[in-house]
Amino acid sequence: MEIALRKLARYTETYLVIIIAFLSILIAAKNPSFLTLENMFDLLKSYSFFGVMSIGVLMVLISGGIDISFAAVATVAEYLVALFMMRIGGNIFSAFAVAALVGSVLGYINGLLVNRFRIPPIIATIATMNAYYGLLIFATGGKWIYDLPIWFSDFAEIQLFTIHTANDSTYGLSIITMIWFAVMVAGILILRFTMLGRSIYAIGGDRKSALRVGLNVRRAEEFVYSFMGLLAGIAGVIQALLVQTVAPNSIVGKELNIIAAVVLGGASLTGGKGSVFGAFLGLVLLAIVKNGMTLMAIPPVWYEFFVGCVILLSVGITSYKGKLEKRRTATILVKA
Amino acid sequence: MMSAGRLEEQARGQHGNRIVVVQLLVRMGYRMVDDFLVMEKISKQYAGVKALDAVDFSIAAGEIHCLAGTNGSGKSTLIKIISGVEQPDAGGAVSIEGARKSGYSAIDSIGYGIEVIYQDLSLFHNLTVAENIALSSMISSRRKFFAPGEYTRIAADAMNLIGIDLPLDANVGRLSVSEQQLVAICRALTGELKLLIMDEPTTALTKKEVDRLLGVVLDLKGRGISTLFVSHKLQEVMQVADRVTILRDGQKIGCHPAAELDSRKIEYMMTGTNFEYSGRAPAVSDAEPLLEVVALSKKGNFKDITFSVLPGEIVGITGMLGSGRTELALALFGMNMPDSGKASMRGVPLDLRSARSSIRRGIAYVPENRLTQGLVMPQSVEKNALVTVIERLRSKSGFLDHRRAAALVKELVRRLRIKVPSVSSPVATLSGGNQQKVVLAKWIATKPELLILDGPTVGIDIAAKGAIHEFIKELAAEGLGVLLISDEVSEVANLCHRVLVMSRGRITAEFPAESTPESEILKSIELTA
Repeated sequence: MEIALRKLARYTETYLVIIIAFLSILIAAKNPSFLTLENMFDLLKSYSFFGVMSIGVLMVLISGGIDISFAAVATVAEYLVALFMMRIGGNIFSAFAVAALVGSVLGYINGLLVNRFRIPPIIATIATMNAYYGLLIFATGGKWIYDLPIWFSDFAEIQLFTIHTANDSTYGLSIITMIWFAVMVAGILILRFTMLGRSIYAIGGDRKSALRVGLNVRRAEEFVYSFMGLLAGIAGVIQALLVQTVAPNSIVGKELNIIAAVVLGGASLTGGKGSVFGAFLGLVLLAIVKNGMTLMAIPPVWYEFFVGCVILLSVGITSYKGKLEKRRTATILVKA
Repeated sequence: MMSAGRLEEQARGQHGNRIVVVQLLVRMGYRMVDDFLVMEKISKQYAGVKALDAVDFSIAAGEIHCLAGTNGSGKSTLIKIISGVEQPDAGGAVSIEGARKSGYSAIDSIGYGIEVIYQDLSLFHNLTVAENIALSSMISSRRKFFAPGEYTRIAADAMNLIGIDLPLDANVGRLSVSEQQLVAICRALTGELKLLIMDEPTTALTKKEVDRLLGVVLDLKGRGISTLFVSHKLQEVMQVADRVTILRDGQKIGCHPAAELDSRKIEYMMTGTNFEYSGRAPAVSDAEPLLEVVALSKKGNFKDITFSVLPGEIVGITGMLGSGRTELALALFGMNMPDSGKASMRGVPLDLRSARSSIRRGIAYVPENRLTQGLVMPQSVEKNALVTVIERLRSKSGFLDHRRAAALVKELVRRLRIKVPSVSSPVATLSGGNQQKVVLAKWIATKPELLILDGPTVGIDIAAKGAIHEFIKELAAEGLGVLLISDEVSEVANLCHRVLVMSRGRITAEFPAESTPESEILKSIELTA
């Protein structure tokens, strides 16, 4: 029992669960509608867009890189898919396929810049963010798209199971949430059960050693950026499903919050650390802070401030824990 | 063992049939070859510089071989050629298990059973012990997926092979250096290991850990696996080694059975001279102590440290790595705050909370690792030497007084006999010995009263070593107190007035150096370690 507890205490996830539980109780005490199934389903649906991208961000961070351009990639994919649906038609599968393709190509370009030209990822992706987004604005003139096909808005309404409430309204678990969950499962499978996944951790831990032991560093790096792009493309479609309009400026600017959520979930900005579950919890924490503030009638102007505090606090605790640990190992070395 | 020629003769005598002989040889060839690796006339030039010059080298199956040489002798180039990272220049020949190999790659060499453990061990600190050990074999199996328990099994098998027991699910970053080394060895063992090359394996280990490592290597020998130690410090590995090959300036000086050599002979062959200690600094008379340390303790670092340094006295501190000596030095310099006890300079207590106040009180500290802690490598000798005194060289207008600065640098270069084409050359272009002199110069410029030197002659050539010793004595003669921390017992025994032995954070013995034979100090270190 004690050993199990001590083991749990090593994981960032444990602390996140505790913080989330504590906050949930606090918010529910003020407003009981917070802890209802309806509110939960609603949150899970609206955060699917962030959630899908967070898995891509997670892999990039684990590999020791960073991607700033994914919101721009998502916007470009979203816009191109909207045009595709209006001009050519197709169905929901072709919409996702086009988005995934566009996203992967744009992400692959990032991977090339990082791996082949050894441009620091933050610079490479800031550059491509501006290039992708700039080209889109130039080509479209910033026009919004409203007239999406009927089948597209129908798909957004699909629920896995539906619950009828007393006052004759319904709610349920959205298919959009299921896409997010499917992406999480894929993330877990890749990271934990494939050689590629272990390579991503190894490269993030020590790139030079990874090359020395013969890991395919190039393939892994190109994969994480392409996969990030692919998920950004899918997230672009999800965004269009959620709001049923396509605006070239609706997504850009959200990338830092997603990166923050993933770091909150225990991923390290220096690479080598992070988990799908952690990234999920990080996102949940940000979501309930925002949602809770709305339910507790705290003016939304405070939202950014609180998010900042939550990030500082939890990342601060994790880093400080790491520092203490380092000091402890140093002591052991001296004693030996 | 018999040579291939004689074997052939014998075989022909028995069968009188050439075909049978060849078949027999092919069938038996693997077992009959004495040498795992034979290299002949290996040369390697980098941009006109001969790193290796027609070197012959061989390692027998199951042999423990040492490759010795100073920095720049060609050791690492030879390793890179053996492991396929570099190709030798034309004219040389490499055979592995009797088969001639030309131009093989690093991946090929792993296929031949050659594994290199670099000094940095190339481990992944964020992954577990099991994952680290199993990674190589996972890569070479070229599989895309694996079951979660699979690497645990591979790792456990490898650890069983050499009879060690490490927690499989612990992160490697949490292990000690020696445990990490064992992980690296286990990783090498997951393939068909035939030759294990270890680059400077003992530098970061305590004596006990070295013994464990040697035990493992002997075990490998029992399995017919060869080991090549690459080192410039051979004392520890000499007890298990079969042969020693010595390189100097890219040439092979000799290859001798280890039993015929001692560390003095090896040093002679490595450097071409024998280092002689010149006389001692003049004895110091009793005076008011310069530095007084009373019952200084820091949990996990050092405990109950009490000693003093007189003006003009050279006090040596020696002991195993991890005995707390560097931690103590850092504490006195204000960079490792102790929990209790006190230290004073000339009777006035020192504030040990910051290096700034220690510097102001006349303490200078020359760290062990001049590359990372002591010098700004791309900057000039002049800038490096003046960095500690730049404040004092301000003229009335607030700008640097160039004339005074130039005069000071000139004086420092002269006093320390720094060999440098111009004071504006970058420090990176100097030899190790001259770099170390620049570090010293930088601190001498502050006109300290107490100089703490941590491993001042580690990894520098003999001429520079002598010059630095002379300079330390000169400083002491001028009344400076010197605290000299060193691994090398002969250095503290010959240079210091008094020697303190530290072990597990405590001072366990004190010797007047002049009347104590070196062996007695050595014995006291080994006894307490």
